[in-house]
Amino acid sequence: MTELASLTIAEARDRLRDGSIGAVELTDACLAAADSARALNAVTAPTPDLARRQAAAAATRLKAGDAPDLCGIPLGIKDLFCVEGTPSQAASRILDGFLPPYESTVTAKLWAAGATCIGKLNMDEFAMGSSNETSAFGPVVSPWRGTGNRDLTPGGSSGGSAAAVAADLVLGATGTDTGGSIRQPAAFTGIVGVKPTYGRVSRWGIVAFASSLDQAGPMAKSVRDAAILLKAMAGHDPKDSTSAALPVPDFEAALTGDLRGRRIGIPREYRVDGMPAEIEALWHQGAEMLRDAGAEIVDISLPHTRHALPAYYVIAPAEASSNLARYDGVRYGRRARIGADEGITALYEKTRAEGFGPEVRRRVMLGTYVLSAGYYDAYYLRAQKVRTLIKRDFETAFAGGIDAILTPATPSAAFGIGEMADADPVEMYLNDVFTVTVNLAGLPGAAVPAGLDAQGLPLGLQVIGRPWDEAGMLDVAYAIEKASGFAAKPQKWW
Amino acid sequence: MSIDEQTARRVAHLARIAVDDAALPALAAELSAVLGFMEQLREVDVDGVEPMTSVTPMRLPWRDDVVSDGGDAGRILANAPAARDGFFTVPKVVE
Repeated sequence: MTELASLTIAEARDRLRDGSIGAVELTDACLAAADSARALNAVTAPTPDLARRQAAAAATRLKAGDAPDLCGIPLGIKDLFCVEGTPSQAASRILDGFLPPYESTVTAKLWAAGATCIGKLNMDEFAMGSSNETSAFGPVVSPWRGTGNRDLTPGGSSGGSAAAVAADLVLGATGTDTGGSIRQPAAFTGIVGVKPTYGRVSRWGIVAFASSLDQAGPMAKSVRDAAILLKAMAGHDPKDSTSAALPVPDFEAALTGDLRGRRIGIPREYRVDGMPAEIEALWHQGAEMLRDAGAEIVDISLPHTRHALPAYYVIAPAEASSNLARYDGVRYGRRARIGADEGITALYEKTRAEGFGPEVRRRVMLGTYVLSAGYYDAYYLRAQKVRTLIKRDFETAFAGGIDAILTPATPSAAFGIGEMADADPVEMYLNDVFTVTVNLAGLPGAAVPAGLDAQGLPLGLQVIGRPWDEAGMLDVAYAIEKASGFAAKPQKWW
Repeated sequence: MSIDEQTARRVAHLARIAVDDAALPALAAELSAVLGFMEQLREVDVDGVEPMTSVTPMRLPWRDDVVSDGGDAGRILANAPAARDGFFTVPKVVE
């Protein structure tokens, strides 16, 4: 029965509609797959009761012929999204016991479309991390194995989502991406991950990390599935003032794989020092695939690329220090015990010291420092100016007739859990080198699997689109997917 | 720019995160390492460049100034670590 869980969303949609499989049966298959995959540590809170209720309702809708694309499709939800009455704690101890009294806009839209919720998925604490090792629930283990059978990271911060999709526990999942947190784990696990244009998807009800950079997006087994999910997640929401009042195109209908007349930019600054030969070769092959699909390949320059990472690591912690000020042990979550002679400041300080893990504490303090009197201009204001320049680089390329940009998704394949334990925090931050520019410029970006490295681990390419042109971007990703014929799956060991 | 222990203590206090004195040297070193990385921003010529305030060119929407939600004290307090008589409770703040 669990082989049903390995269907794509598009396949399951068609089979649910023609009645050859049932919604309850499909959801039960995913619940069973998730239950038997505890070794992956991908699920923080299974939601079988909710899933079964939703599946029964979906079955009724399917029977009545009222079935949107996602009707009866089992999904996993990153723990950053509030799901009413279901533990939602951003993988942090500080939100221990928090049960949201409301539903995030994205999940509300998914449930309204008939999707079923298999469970909340593990992640780096408050989405701060690139390996899932900062989670209060412990790291997620990738379904892929490294040489010597070592445990690999699925990447982060949406590592539980990536592992759950790659291991066929769910048909698709939600992720969020502030500096690469959808695209890097998608690349590490051989799946498709899409970070939409800033403002395309409502942030309401998603635990905030860095509000000017955060976007939710789909993680799926194919470009088509990502297009289907994105359509259901996207759209204007009056409850998010930065949400765009723009119509949502039919992203799936835009998938042709025919790139005649399209111009794809290859930014020379992304050829970073020490880039592994395999990544360089994959990038070159990707460009050839696009040329074969009819695109013109153009060398472009994005001159401020190398300043993106330091700018990001000023702006994101600054916004995080402000956003995370709300976790003080007063209104929700965990409260530290204090002595009889201690006051409210000790309550705040102890609650936050106990509740936040080391990486979150580090980023909150960094953010506090760069925003503090005397340093604001030197760090924060300067970083925001550099951000303007980074965005301008892209605007210049697009104004020059470039339709989309092709880059590697990550500087390497997945690394082992614990392998970066002794590394300087900056070394971990380098994982985001190809992805942060996209968040800083508010652009859409998609990671698509394109090949395997010498160890047999997935490698991904990134397609960056024009603002609001997720459709065009996904079509480029679709051409890569078709040409690469990537069909590798992890061998089941869990 | 390197951070000394005294600055680390001040930042921790501003961030309302308790840090043991024994942990301050390591914290100062860690913060200094990341700040060293941020120093690269000094190489960029930002003369005459406007700092970004909104990544998409948009005007923030206004809505009518009316009550659109509320009356949910019970549901909100359900998540409070301590609450009494419809209020959050905290240690005494005024002497």
